[in-house]
Parts: sequence; structure tokens; C-alpha cells
Amino acid sequence: MTKADIVERVYEKVGFSKKESAEIVEAVFDNMKEILERGEKIKISGFGNFIVRDKKPRVGRNPQTGEEIEICARRVLTFRPSQVLKNIING
Amino acid sequence: MTKSQLIDAVTAAIPQLSRRDVEVAVNSVFQCITEGLARDERIEVRGFGSFVNRRREAHEGRNPRTGDLIRVPRRLNPFFTAGKDLRDRINGNSSVVSDSEGEAA
Repeated sequence: MTKADIVERVYEKVGFSKKESAEIVEAVFDNMKEILERGEKIKISGFGNFIVRDKKPRVGRNPQTGEEIEICARRVLTFRPSQVLKNIING
Repeated sequence: MTKSQLIDAVTAAIPQLSRRDVEVAVNSVFQCITEGLARDERIEVRGFGSFVNRRREAHEGRNPRTGDLIRVPRRLNPFFTAGKDLRDRINGNSSVVSDSEGEAA
């Protein structure tokens, strides 16, 4: 499933034009990206939470050569599915 | 930020649509992803990321307190992987990375 299928779904559900439906789906993901970029989390009830986490620098190893390397401090995005979503999927 | 704040933000971005309409649309976006995952499909949103179920096979476990044998059924766990563009933006790297490099599997 791709964004096109999501657009189709919104189109069927809401009765906007195809163009408007595409625009709105685009706006949803664009807005989410902007929020996450600011380091804020997004809570979608019944679906899950998108959380930005700060990772500290740590020493890792190249598994191929065994060489030690510093893994820089960075921010990562994690998704925590809600119990509701997990129950639906395992329904 | 909550879903209703997301709906506000999207409404502000597309002024010709009512908040009510945007609300229905936003709900159907997540509904659509949920149903896709329920069918065990992979959902890929270019420039954002992808949702895919990871599975934990059925196995036998034990109740740690009583030692009783328990069958644990197969379970699907929804998993999200951020696309490269989003990952870089969150990490504060250049925000002009093209979408065309695709999402990590």
C-alpha cells in the first residue's frame, strides 16, 4: 500500500476531489514531519505515538573488522503502537 | 501534539476546507493504515516512512511464578521505519535531501 491508496481512501470517504484529497494527505504528512523535526512527539489516539528520542554518543564496533568507532549523538524517531492498534492487528 | 492539534494545523494549511472535513480525512488516513496492517500489508509513504508488521512466531512459554507451560500464539507487531528524508530532518541534517532515495526497508 502506498500514499496513492491512502489518497483514494480519503477521496471515497470525504467526497473531495481527487486533487483536494491528494493535497490533504500530503498536508497531513508534511505537518507531521514539521512537528517531528522540531523534536515534538505526536500522539494519535487509537493508533500510536511518534516519539523523537535523543541518543547519547557511544562507542560501537564495525562488526566486519572489529574496529572501534564512535557513534555520534543523534536524534531518532520511534513509533510506539497503541494497544488498540495491536489488538486490531492481532484480532 | 495530539491528533486534534494535527487536525488544526492541517486546517490552517488548507484554508478552503472546513475543520470537520479535515478531521474526517485525518481519521481516514490512520484508519486506512490500520486496516492495511490488519491485512498484514506493508504501507509505504514516500518521504515519511513505512509501516510493516514484524512477527513473533508461536512458541511455548512458562508462567514464571507457577512454571506452568503456556502456548503463546503468533503475534504481529506493527513497526515503523522513518524514511531517509524524515530521519535526516529529525537529526538536523540538510532538509533538502531528495525523496527519491526511497525508504529503508
